[in-house]
Amino acid sequence: MSTQQDSRPAPEASDPSPPQPASHSATRSLLRLWPYVRPIRWFLTASTVSALLASLSALVIPLVLKNVVDGPVAHRDTGGLWRQGVLLLVLGLLEAGLFGLRRWFVARPLAGVERQMRADLYAKLQRLPVSFHDRWASGQLLSRATSDMYTIRLFLAFPLVFLIVNSMVFLTGIGIMFTLDWQLALITVLPAAPLIILCSYFERRYSAAARLSQDQNGDLATVLEESVLGIRILKSFGRHRTMAARYRAQAELLRGTELKKARLLADLWAVIVGLPELALGTSLAVGVVQVAHGSTTAGTLVGFLSTALSLRWPVESLGWLLAYSNEAATATDRFYEVMDARPADAEDGPVRDGSAVQAAPAPARDGIRLADVRFRYPDAPAGSPDLLTGVDLHVRSGETMALVGLTGSGKTTLTALLPRLYEIDGGRITLDGTDIREIPRARLRALVSMAFEDPTLFSASVSENVLMGAPDAPEEALERALDVAQAQFVRALPEGTRTQVGEQGLSLSGGQRQRLALARAVVGAPEFLVLDDPLSALDVHTEALVEQALRQVLAGTTALVVAHRPSTVLLADRVALLADGRITAVGTHHELLESNPEYRELMSGERTGGQAGERTGEGTEDGSLVR
Amino acid sequence: MSVTERDLTEAEQTELLEEAALQEPDLQEDKAPAGPGDGEDIPVPPGAPRALLRSLLGPHRARVVLAMVMITIQQAALQVGPLLVSYAIDRGIPALRAHDWGPLIAVTAGYLGCAAVATLLQRSFIRLSGVINQAILLEMRRRIFRHAQALSLDFHERYTSGRIISRATSDVDTVRELLNEGLQELLSVILSVVYIAVLLIVMDWRLGLASLASVVPIYLFTRGYRRRSQAIYRRSRTAVAQVIVRFTETMNGIRPVQAFRREAANEEAFAVSNGEYTDANAQGLLSMAQFVASSRATANIWITGVVVWGAVLVTQGSLQLGVLAAFVLYLRRLFDPVDQVAMFLNSYQSASAALEKIAGLLAHEPSVPEPGEPVALPAKTEDAIPGRAVDFDGVAFSYRTGKQVLPRFDLRIPAGQSVAVVGATGAGKSTLAKLLARFYDPTEGKVTLDGVDLRELSTPELRRGVVMVTQESFLFSGTVAENIAIGRPDASREEVEEAARAIGAFEFIAALPEGFDTDVRKRGGRISAGQRQLVAFARALLADPAVLILDEATSSLDVPGEQAVQRAMATVLAGRTAVIIAHRLSTVEIADRVLVMDQGQVVEDGAPADLVSGTGRFAGLHQAWRESLV
Ligand SMILES: Nc1ncnc2c1ncn2[C@@H]1O[C@H](COP(=O)(O)OP(=O)(O)OP(=O)(O)O)[C@@H](O)[C@H]1O
Ligand SMILES: Nc1ncnc2c1ncn2[C@@H]1O[C@H](COP(=O)(O)OP(=O)(O)OP(=O)(O)O)[C@@H](O)[C@H]1O
Ligand SMILES: [Mg+2]
Ligand SMILES: [Mg+2]
Repeated sequence: MSTQQDSRPAPEASDPSPPQPASHSATRSLLRLWPYVRPIRWFLTASTVSALLASLSALVIPLVLKNVVDGPVAHRDTGGLWRQGVLLLVLGLLEAGLFGLRRWFVARPLAGVERQMRADLYAKLQRLPVSFHDRWASGQLLSRATSDMYTIRLFLAFPLVFLIVNSMVFLTGIGIMFTLDWQLALITVLPAAPLIILCSYFERRYSAAARLSQDQNGDLATVLEESVLGIRILKSFGRHRTMAARYRAQAELLRGTELKKARLLADLWAVIVGLPELALGTSLAVGVVQVAHGSTTAGTLVGFLSTALSLRWPVESLGWLLAYSNEAATATDRFYEVMDARPADAEDGPVRDGSAVQAAPAPARDGIRLADVRFRYPDAPAGSPDLLTGVDLHVRSGETMALVGLTGSGKTTLTALLPRLYEIDGGRITLDGTDIREIPRARLRALVSMAFEDPTLFSASVSENVLMGAPDAPEEALERALDVAQAQFVRALPEGTRTQVGEQGLSLSGGQRQRLALARAVVGAPEFLVLDDPLSALDVHTEALVEQALRQVLAGTTALVVAHRPSTVLLADRVALLADGRITAVGTHHELLESNPEYRELMSGERTGGQAGERTGEGTEDGSLVR
Repeated sequence: MSVTERDLTEAEQTELLEEAALQEPDLQEDKAPAGPGDGEDIPVPPGAPRALLRSLLGPHRARVVLAMVMITIQQAALQVGPLLVSYAIDRGIPALRAHDWGPLIAVTAGYLGCAAVATLLQRSFIRLSGVINQAILLEMRRRIFRHAQALSLDFHERYTSGRIISRATSDVDTVRELLNEGLQELLSVILSVVYIAVLLIVMDWRLGLASLASVVPIYLFTRGYRRRSQAIYRRSRTAVAQVIVRFTETMNGIRPVQAFRREAANEEAFAVSNGEYTDANAQGLLSMAQFVASSRATANIWITGVVVWGAVLVTQGSLQLGVLAAFVLYLRRLFDPVDQVAMFLNSYQSASAALEKIAGLLAHEPSVPEPGEPVALPAKTEDAIPGRAVDFDGVAFSYRTGKQVLPRFDLRIPAGQSVAVVGATGAGKSTLAKLLARFYDPTEGKVTLDGVDLRELSTPELRRGVVMVTQESFLFSGTVAENIAIGRPDASREEVEEAARAIGAFEFIAALPEGFDTDVRKRGGRISAGQRQLVAFARALLADPAVLILDEATSSLDVPGEQAVQRAMATVLAGRTAVIIAHRLSTVEIADRVLVMDQGQVVEDGAPADLVSGTGRFAGLHQAWRESLV
């Protein structure tokens, strides 16, 4: 990824929600594009020069045409006619070439800028911590990667070039007008002052509207994406209409903003077209009076007015140039909101060499050790207790530890801390004696392999999905992993392990997905294995088979297995009970059954009185269905 | 900016506008590099894009005409300026010298009046076209959304969410671009071209016609350009869909992506789609550059030719010098809008590629369609139980890909019975449930509810009849209450809370930072897996259907939680027909009947107690499960 954002302090990173539109000027926002524009600056310059030259030749050609008529034709000079004709032809071809060149120079470089920006955004997003993704709506990210990037490219291709070219043309025109008649020129230029004030007023309003519309576009994409991903729910409840109404409401909001933009633009155009015309009308009247009084000549007046008329376009174009620049500025802001966010490894302390983890001789085989680990989600309301309030747990090397606890007690959260998907707020976690904060993330994640409770597969083939856990594992490893996970069913699929599993693996059954996710976790023979409720979707027989096979894998692996059922717990050597944010008991399954009423209730469901009974609560007593 | 394609007559231009259709609309989506979202492409029926545009524009015909009138008058008012200037100089000055202020005042007033008219019309035009454009876009978005919702799961599995998203975002944006920028320019270009063309012919018909003959080469260039850019922009639309597919998939799976260190590999794959897309765009721009240069060159060559010929005519005495002088200056202006036309054509081509994709999506018929003439379920008498009878009648089913999952079978579930379905993973339990919920239609036979084929029920009627809690619990971003209320949007807060309480979810929801108003974030990521299942369950309870399908609805719950749900179900399911799929056989104990499935077939069927005491599979399963308990 590009380097410029690394040097920035990125203050927004800790904001709880997507930052609000910043109020700095459009120019400052656009200047932030410089790192991307820098490599293509010469192409842009060449394009601008071509555009300028083309504008110049557009001025010269009429003069030549006039010459043809005034000169050779008037004097019946055939030789002169040919000469002028050739000149005309050459100029014409030159102009055509310049027109093409202006676009040709920037076509590929600008596509490159767009590609680079999008690739950087994508790379950045992949490296931002999970907590960032938790708080950003997906549509907002998507709209930044697509429509915003398009807006920026378009800005660089046209408005930027024309802002330069048109202002030069404009200044030249003004210069000519002043040499012709400074009084008239003054009258003509006078409206520039209110125009500038109005434009900056417009710019502020339009910026705000453009930003709003971009954000609403993102929200619209979010609703759309959710409704497509949640299509099964919507279908099963027949809620298309509800969702369509929600989408429509969102789309109408966007339309409202777009109409507001159109109204602002309409007013701006009116001013930009109207004011200069007013000035022209006045200078026409004054000019006529001057000519009548003999203080200027008719020829000068004609020259003056035709120059003024020819400046119409450069002035009028200001309307859309301004509008476009503002949109590009807010799009740039939106882009940098993500790029400025602090990447996951921003505040890592000194990182030990990856090899140190294995080389460190002293506490080598220490297993996983959590000491006084505290954690709260960044978006938890202030004042609420921490989710994990001091977890102490030691999983010995080679041992399998089951982690049990009530629904919502924080088991999944705890497992996510090991590969540093979230950062702990206090205490420390060590793997074989090395603090995980001292291991580079990539290395850490190679050491710790995970199976998530929600078996997220990707639309790729079975083998690609499984080998994600160990990209260069040999074919046998794949086969072995599939066997461990009892995923022999893949061999019966139409194309075996090369069968595509569909988006999110949804063309497989629930248990099939879960087994692939399990195979993915074990394929690389990792040193540390974290399995989050890995057997929940399996039937009893398959579960038993998987357990049998898994035991062999687990024998040499240090593993933490989240479990809800006694059957899964039996995979483990020891069990840890998570309650109230800490580990309240550790022991073998049978020990805990004997000694710990809370554990007994959790595993058998039988109420044994005390605090554990409260949870299943009143709900069930009067569990009548709501009509 | 300027330039033109006066080669097209006004009528042709209007047609061009309406067209937005491509000559070969039946072409399939270009094959982009293999990757996610390379599902089958939808063939676009011939003429579909054009029909789509027409139906979108149709309701706004009057407004479009009004907008055209406005811009015509506005252009006319602008063109008057130079005439007034010459009048002021020819008449105003001599009159003023004779101390007659009349003409000057008249001219000044006229000039200012025209300026005012032009300004006001410009303003109204922008507003009006904004209204038209936004109405069209809104309608287009709405249609895409509703159609995507109406399409069957079978379609969604192939098409992938990313591509639908790209249709409704990127493709719609492209059309917006055309509407916003294209139309005004096109109209003013046409006006100025027609105006000048008439003027030229009036001045001298020979030279005029000769100048207009440049229509031919420029038309040929345009055609070539359109053909080339059509292919390019189709590629670009396909590629952008790829980009979006990859992007959304990565962001939705960010945890596994990071945990399995996929970043670098993903970047490589993303670079392919991204490169393909930007490359197509670059090629689009290059071919536009080529088009602009060649038509400009043609125009300039033509000008030279006409001027030289005119000069020769003057030499021969058959043309007046003054006429040639005027002619030459106007000729130049005739060709002025070439750039504008190129830009318009560019957005037009890009938009028509997008429209083609959109039309393809919209033309796709849902494979699980709404009935043309829906039949109502038989009315319930006051004291009847809420459940309804379910009948699988000679049903067989296979997914589009792959072999038959459910071989032909018959199954009858009387009203009010709760049936547990058990069996190995991949046996076809969820598939059976999905047929009953009409996610798919059976390939053979029919599924009926109280004797009515599911295919004949309207969606609302069907959903009053059957509701399914799917194996994947999906929550929408929004509050907990909103998520539960998906079951029944008009439910009051009390009813929502009551449903949560019924399955023991009330406590945890109340303990969330903002209780029922806590935003659960995308996909319900703010709450735990078990909590998500409880919410999904509460949602189904609130819907209060005649037939309730629970597909592994408690698999992520802890044991006490599961038991609480089971106790609740005993009350909740009373009189209701229920199909309960579960691996934890504790659930089965509350059922009246058990079906054991294996490889798509029901191999055992009976009351739980009977099966347990038998020697069949279920007895084996049950035995194993018992042993697995504490
Ligand atoms: N991304 C998040 N942001 C804020 N709070 C969260 C987030 N994820 C989970 N929580 C909260 O933290 C608590 C623990 O969640 P976690 O997913 O760790 O539970 P769990 O023990 O895995 O439960 P289950 O058995 O249901 O899977 C829950 O109360 C949940 O509401
Ligand atoms: N959308 C689909 N497209 C193609 N094949 C599918 C699709 N969904 C399921 N299958 C296949 O159909 C078979 C039955 O799947 P189903 O989901 O009905 O199994 P299940 O009995 O519910 O299993 P589990 O207990 O694992 O959920 C499986 O082999 C699966 O791979
Ligand atoms: Mg969990
Ligand atoms: Mg299933």
